[in-house]
Amino acid sequence: MRATVVVRPKQGILDPQGEAVQGSLRKLGFDVSGVRVGRVIDLELAGDPRDPRAELERMCSELLANPLIESVEIQVGER
Amino acid sequence: MSARPVVAVVVFPGSNDDHDAAWALGALGAEPVLVWHEEEELPGGTGAVVLPGGFSYGDYLRSGAIASLAPAMDAVRRFAEAGGPVLGICNGFQILCEARLLPGVLRPNHQLEFVCSDVSVRVENVDTAFTRRCADRPELVLPVKHGEGAWYADEGTFVQLAARGQIVLRYTGNVNGSLGNVAGVVNEGGNVMGLMPHPEHAVDPLLGSADGGLLLAGLVDAAAEHVLTAV
Repeated sequence: MRATVVVRPKQGILDPQGEAVQGSLRKLGFDVSGVRVGRVIDLELAGDPRDPRAELERMCSELLANPLIESVEIQVGER
Repeated sequence: MSARPVVAVVVFPGSNDDHDAAWALGALGAEPVLVWHEEEELPGGTGAVVLPGGFSYGDYLRSGAIASLAPAMDAVRRFAEAGGPVLGICNGFQILCEARLLPGVLRPNHQLEFVCSDVSVRVENVDTAFTRRCADRPELVLPVKHGEGAWYADEGTFVQLAARGQIVLRYTGNVNGSLGNVAGVVNEGGNVMGLMPHPEHAVDPLLGSADGGLLLAGLVDAAAEHVLTAV
């Protein structure tokens, strides 16, 4: 089963990487007023977990994201 | 206290200050033992643990995140829960935060630049095992070298930590965008500390400063005491 986890810097958390990208986009002439940089994690779940979303939520809290500074969005069976 | 207390220095793939830490601890009267991250137990008679600086697992995912799940970290957690003194330096601090043995998290420097220089830090609390030798030395000169050293916690946590004296070290200026210029924190029990500056690189005036020796000597003292109480 396929799943995707999107990890974003939480709202209100300073994202220096996003600010640097925004500055470069402006230099290229693009009118951009905000950029946030996160990451995308594509997974293949082996077997057929009964509750894949709960499983993915556990993966997020135990490793994939740090809840202090990051929010997650879980997509199951798409892509 | 004639015997040298054993201080375990945990080595992860990508650690690069492990030997410096071991050398400094040896010079300060400890018996340093390098412990590979796959070990499930600390050496018998361990009096303290150091998690050294470096770039464990190439900082994949988040700095310290992968290393925090190493088998040796289970042993370190048990050691800390039993009151054993644990010091995390730079990447070691990041690992302790990711392992949730310390509050907060280390984020990329606000200026997006690797900082590498001697900085001055103020000792905010001399009443910890790690800082008690700093009573006559409220400001220390220590080197930093990191790209992800901006300590962050939510406002409520930060206020609570400050009130409890858990903010142990602060930079005297803004080095990396760290909340409240925090350079080092200690856990509620007072036996686990993390800091971004490198005390192991400041143990001899020839290296620019010997102030780091004060912190590490505090750790060696605590190691000797822990060995006695654990028997």
